[in-house]
Amino acid sequence: MSQASTANKLTLSRALNEGLRRSLEADPKVLIMGEDVGKLGGVFRVTDGLQKDFGEHRVIDTPLAESGIVGTAIGLALRGYRPVCEIQFDGFVFPATDQIVSQLAKMHYRSRGKVTLPVVIRIPFGGGIGAVEHHSESPEVFFAHTGGLRVVACADAAEAFSMIQLAIASDDPVIFFEPKRRYWDKCEVDTAASLDSALPLHKARVVLPGDDVTLLCYGPLVRTCTEAAIAAREDGRSIEVIDLRSLSPLDFETITASVAQTGRCVVAHEAPVYTGLGAEIAARVTEECFYHLQAPVLRVGGFATPYPPSRLEDHYLPDLDRILDGVDRAFAY
Amino acid sequence: MTVESGGATTVVPQDPELIQLLTPEGERVENPDYPLGDVDLKGMYRDMVLVRRIDTEAIALQRQGELGLWASLLGQEAAQIGSGRALSPRDMAFPTYREHGVAWCRGLDPLKLLELFRGVSHGSWDPEEHKFHIYTIVIGDQTLHATGYAMGVQRDGTEDEAVIAYLGDGATSQGDVSEAFNFASVFNAPVVFFCQNNQWAISESNERQSRVPIFQRAAGFGFPGLRVDGNDVLACYAVTQKALKAAREGQGPSLIEAFTYRMGAHTTTDDPTRYRVASELETWKLKDPIERVRVYLARSGQADSSFFEQVDEEAAKLGAHVREACRLLPDPAPLSMFDHVYTGENAILDAERTQYAAYLDTFEEAAR
Repeated sequence: MSQASTANKLTLSRALNEGLRRSLEADPKVLIMGEDVGKLGGVFRVTDGLQKDFGEHRVIDTPLAESGIVGTAIGLALRGYRPVCEIQFDGFVFPATDQIVSQLAKMHYRSRGKVTLPVVIRIPFGGGIGAVEHHSESPEVFFAHTGGLRVVACADAAEAFSMIQLAIASDDPVIFFEPKRRYWDKCEVDTAASLDSALPLHKARVVLPGDDVTLLCYGPLVRTCTEAAIAAREDGRSIEVIDLRSLSPLDFETITASVAQTGRCVVAHEAPVYTGLGAEIAARVTEECFYHLQAPVLRVGGFATPYPPSRLEDHYLPDLDRILDGVDRAFAY
Repeated sequence: MTVESGGATTVVPQDPELIQLLTPEGERVENPDYPLGDVDLKGMYRDMVLVRRIDTEAIALQRQGELGLWASLLGQEAAQIGSGRALSPRDMAFPTYREHGVAWCRGLDPLKLLELFRGVSHGSWDPEEHKFHIYTIVIGDQTLHATGYAMGVQRDGTEDEAVIAYLGDGATSQGDVSEAFNFASVFNAPVVFFCQNNQWAISESNERQSRVPIFQRAAGFGFPGLRVDGNDVLACYAVTQKALKAAREGQGPSLIEAFTYRMGAHTTTDDPTRYRVASELETWKLKDPIERVRVYLARSGQADSSFFEQVDEEAAKLGAHVREACRLLPDPAPLSMFDHVYTGENAILDAERTQYAAYLDTFEEAAR
């Protein structure tokens, strides 16, 4: 059934806010908790106004302790709540790693399915905003390596609006990465669209179709890769850009269908290339598309260094030129 | 205070402000703050004897290779049965990995505990059915779960439920425990932290965990803390009951330090002779949690020899059952390893399962 379209131009931050609001309205068990999420509305204003509208019992300013936030969220979930935790910045998730990896991820498994923990952990991630250290990292692979967690990254406002609601509705714990340098990017968001028509959380999506090479990306690099693909058209190169969306599980069905057509594959992420998601993708694509490949799967991403001081981040982060350089290399075989 | 002796350290109680209702000699002490109504002391005695028997059997089963590991509760029966019996049916308990006595009070089949230590499951009971969460092995993590659960109870607006978080003396050094104390305090959550101070965190004595007595830490977080004779089942019962009642009535969290002693090794892999002197154990044997109840029940005429014989017989039967049933616990089917990682389908995992199943099948074909 088609509904009246109410497409608005929203920032990614605002779209998340609208998505959270929808979830809070739909289910009284949904809670929001974290540092500064109440009165301030979060340092990126994602939870702006929610405490005012839903009360301090549902939008909870917590003590400044990440392990405490996730650990108590687990307890609340055991009690039947659906907490959405905000970790203020990527680099601050590590104090909560034990609760996420040893408890949150495993409890459904350890209890042979008797316990479910529908907890969402929102993490603004990635660089490009000139921040001080610990504010620009891409820790997604730590969590993708942990069985029991689902890991997703949204790329734009429209995606953020539906994906946050799908994550909250998931009975599995979800680590939800938000591209912080895209928080203020706007796009059309249909806030009246039914969630039933949304692309499922575990699916990748083709952002731009193309014939010559498959370019895989997620989060902040979806925009960069899209721009790269448009630029590459001038050189007569047709790039298929795929937004992975789900980092665990990866949607290999969509990935291999594309690579089987194009014969080339480049993966781009801000996280270090070394033992990154690109490595897993390269291995699987090699296994599954071996006879289609015209070139090895190539990777473009961060270096095997700690995140550098922000005056150097333009060298660290894959930009349009480095991504196109990666694409060029895929044609050199 | 510590006494150096032959390179090992001996712990001597520092004249603790100890709440006690039954002395080691088996004499009742009246305490106006903890008046005892009708208490099923014979039932407590029975429980303590039975869980000690389960413990003894489990250690033997580990020695025979039937269990991979066992964490003994020897010496902590009073702390666990006293606090466990203080729980109302609706209260929720969050154990460590040593709360076999509390598990017993929550009606859990001891075989479920043995499953975990045998390696056939990670603890597969239903926490809500028993109001007893699955064992937590990472030290202190469960105190945050208990606090969050209590915050949920608070949000549900129920007034007849409280939560108890079990922890040990070593756990008080963990950041998560301090975070749990703080969250519980600032949100006034209905949770009781029940710390069994058994004097030893594997080989490290209390002095390495805290410079102040554990119960005094609560003051810094803004809630009451008290120390109880952890080998006195009546005192543990009364103190826990009162703290749970306060929590249910909206008075927030509290910390109970049950001063007790780990009479056995940390686990079956541990060798306490490397770090503590034998005389320390001998001192604590005089404060045995079960013996004092036996003396009191006999001396006060509440129980005669036939009662004690009956309990011993029951323990022997339970022991035989545990031995037999443990050996019969089957290994899980290989492919069950893939179950319950997620609530629904997962393409990566499903492919691995299919692939591994096919690999296993090749052996069956070869055998044909």
